[in-house]
Amino acid sequence: MTTFLLRRLALVLPTLFFVSVLIFGLQQLLPGDPALAMAGEDRDPAVIAFLRQKYHLDEPFPVRYLLWVEGVLAGDLGESIRIKRPVRDLVLEKLPVTAELAALAIVIALSIGLPMGILAAVKNDSAVDYAATMVALWGRSIPNFWLGILLILLFSVEWGLLPASGFVSPAESLSRNLATLIMPAFVLGNAIAAVMMRHTRSAMLEVLSSDYVRTARAKGLSETRVVLHHALRNALVPVITLGALEFGELLSGAVLTEQVFTIPGFGKLIVDAVFNRDYAVVQGVVLCTALAFILLNLFADVAYVLINPRLRE
Amino acid sequence: MTKWLTFVAACWLIVTALISGPGAVSAQTLRIGLAEDPDMLDPTLSRTFVSYVVRTALCDKLFDIGLEQEIVPQLATQWEWTDDKRGLIIKLRPGVKFHDGEPFDAAAVKFSIERHLTMPGSTRKSDISAISRVEIIDDHTVKLVLLTPFAPLLAQLAAAAGTMISPKAAQAAGENFGSHPVCAGPFKFVERVAQDRIVLERFADYWDKDKIKLERIVYLPIPDTTVRLANLQSGGLDLAGVAATDLDTVRKDPRLKLAAVSGIGYSGITINVANGERSKTPMGRDARVRQALELSIDREALNQVVFNGEFEPGNQWVPPTNPYYVKELPIPARDVAKAKALLAAAVAPNPVVAMTVTNNPVVLQTAQVIQAMAKESGFDIRIQATEFASALQLAAKGDFEAFMLGWTGRVDPDGNIYNLVTCNSPFNDGHYCNPEVDRELDAARKVDTRVDRLAHYRNVAEHILQDLPIIYLYHAKWLYAASARLSGFIPYPDGVIRPQGLQLE
Repeated sequence: MTTFLLRRLALVLPTLFFVSVLIFGLQQLLPGDPALAMAGEDRDPAVIAFLRQKYHLDEPFPVRYLLWVEGVLAGDLGESIRIKRPVRDLVLEKLPVTAELAALAIVIALSIGLPMGILAAVKNDSAVDYAATMVALWGRSIPNFWLGILLILLFSVEWGLLPASGFVSPAESLSRNLATLIMPAFVLGNAIAAVMMRHTRSAMLEVLSSDYVRTARAKGLSETRVVLHHALRNALVPVITLGALEFGELLSGAVLTEQVFTIPGFGKLIVDAVFNRDYAVVQGVVLCTALAFILLNLFADVAYVLINPRLRE
Repeated sequence: MTKWLTFVAACWLIVTALISGPGAVSAQTLRIGLAEDPDMLDPTLSRTFVSYVVRTALCDKLFDIGLEQEIVPQLATQWEWTDDKRGLIIKLRPGVKFHDGEPFDAAAVKFSIERHLTMPGSTRKSDISAISRVEIIDDHTVKLVLLTPFAPLLAQLAAAAGTMISPKAAQAAGENFGSHPVCAGPFKFVERVAQDRIVLERFADYWDKDKIKLERIVYLPIPDTTVRLANLQSGGLDLAGVAATDLDTVRKDPRLKLAAVSGIGYSGITINVANGERSKTPMGRDARVRQALELSIDREALNQVVFNGEFEPGNQWVPPTNPYYVKELPIPARDVAKAKALLAAAVAPNPVVAMTVTNNPVVLQTAQVIQAMAKESGFDIRIQATEFASALQLAAKGDFEAFMLGWTGRVDPDGNIYNLVTCNSPFNDGHYCNPEVDRELDAARKVDTRVDRLAHYRNVAEHILQDLPIIYLYHAKWLYAASARLSGFIPYPDGVIRPQGLQLE
């Protein structure tokens, strides 16, 4: 286990290096001059020249990359040209927001996807199975932004039950925090629930037809115990992989959903930064989300082993 | 599994509950929706309009504008030009304090203006570069000494360049002043969460505090117009700008009321007449082709189709209702026959024009209407939708034939024309250059009566409307929806929300 962990951890640094070169390089291909984009409507040549020099935009690509890496190694992710704040502070400010939204979305996905998947497998080829499959298809095929706007129109404009957008920190008010997050979390969770349901269903079908489940039934255990205790545990392995990957994806910013609900998380941060050519912010956020993604994958691997003792060998 | 889920949910609730606190919104907290997240709130370095909107509640200026775009005193009380028009003597309002308790006096004016003029990266410098120095006459009198007479100066001092800041706080904060601006406005800075909110609270020692009824203002950036409107309807916002296409919804909703005012900007098509290879088209080389395009466009129909008739069609850099509009040169009626004749005379009966537009649904629709109208005269307009920052770069490099773009507008007419058409100006993307236009625009800067300036602008308009380096199309209105609970809201032509008189019931 330790060797396995060390080996996986050793891969983190080269992966991050590759990601950083890639994102730095890809950004250079973006059309649009950051200094021009930042100089405002007046486009004063003196301001443009000042911005180019201050943010090293006039240096060649390798020099800029090295300057950035030097900063990152010293814990400095650079400064947002647009709002003149350290990128590190922005990342630390947005990460909890996105993490909370992602966690809530996963909880919603699990609470819809798992029971539906189990039911669909247990009642295989029945009306329940077909209904669950239809719901899953709906969840996956409905566009997030559209569902988001529909929910806003229904719950906020028509019924006035929930705030239409924005974010309230849990430190300020837990109830308002939940009220602002429930719709975006549902939009995100709904799409993931569909995939989770399909994965749970197929894994459960496979496990339910295995010998040890037949043995458990033969022992006279109740069906509930057989399904939830014996079968589900083994069926969970692919679901956990999926959950970790989806969670990682959510951390990298649920771009459309955060835009629609004006949630000030990673997704909104990165979209605004790309449109404003605020390179340091894009680089900082991508680096952090890449790191989060790698660590979540690692977590999924460890979780397999913990859930399924046979993998410990 | 159920146990595990319950455990996760319980943990989350406990953690959030532990750090939760009261979150009541005060009855006099006004929530204003912004179209984008402002850049830094430093009056010297800021580059966005939305930042100016927020700063208007934070920072008073020497002057302000009234509803008729007239200059009114704010932190100044009186002003007087010297005989040679190279000096502006300003009397300052006594008893004014900055948010940090420091007094507002002549030294603060000198500091603020010198900061705008000399700070590296200042975006205010070009607005007031005519000022050579600031002389302190006494504690409450300053004299701005100019390099050359400059009539638009008062209007500049009624905009961002006239913003006064606390010297003590600005010196202490340096470049980071924008993260906690300290000014002499009716509200002081409380906090900012990037892309989420900016919170201000009433400044108890404000010089005109009787007009301030609100306790707090929270600015919430919500770029999507649909979501902004939904927030207004659901009570999440009290005041915000709305799109022309949403006006019907606002009118029908008893929870909202509508406010509108003509803006001071314009939207038009800039033609590349001399900027590089792509200017070498019939459109770029021959003014008759540009005139034909103008005659192909029915501006009123465009306004009806795209903006529900809410905007103001126009053919000059200021709207027809502006005192500096040249009435002798009104909007030409659509005339397809004449347009065809002009194209025939230019030996370009079917010119192909690549028109760059920014990637925005309303702009695209405007371009499509123009495309359809111009087709009847023989034009083949090919719309190239481009993301905003990329489009700006292409325009600056001369990599465009025609570029449809808006200008937010300045109070003084000079701000809507000078830097956009004079030879070698920074944002004269089409590289139009007519020494006669330059001469007249320079002359208009040096005289200060409306009649004299208008005479020069008349000469400018005769050239510009003949040469058409920019085909002006329409002037947007500022359209706001406000909660029915909000009283005292008066929209201003510069699109900036002033907190004076606002009250929530």
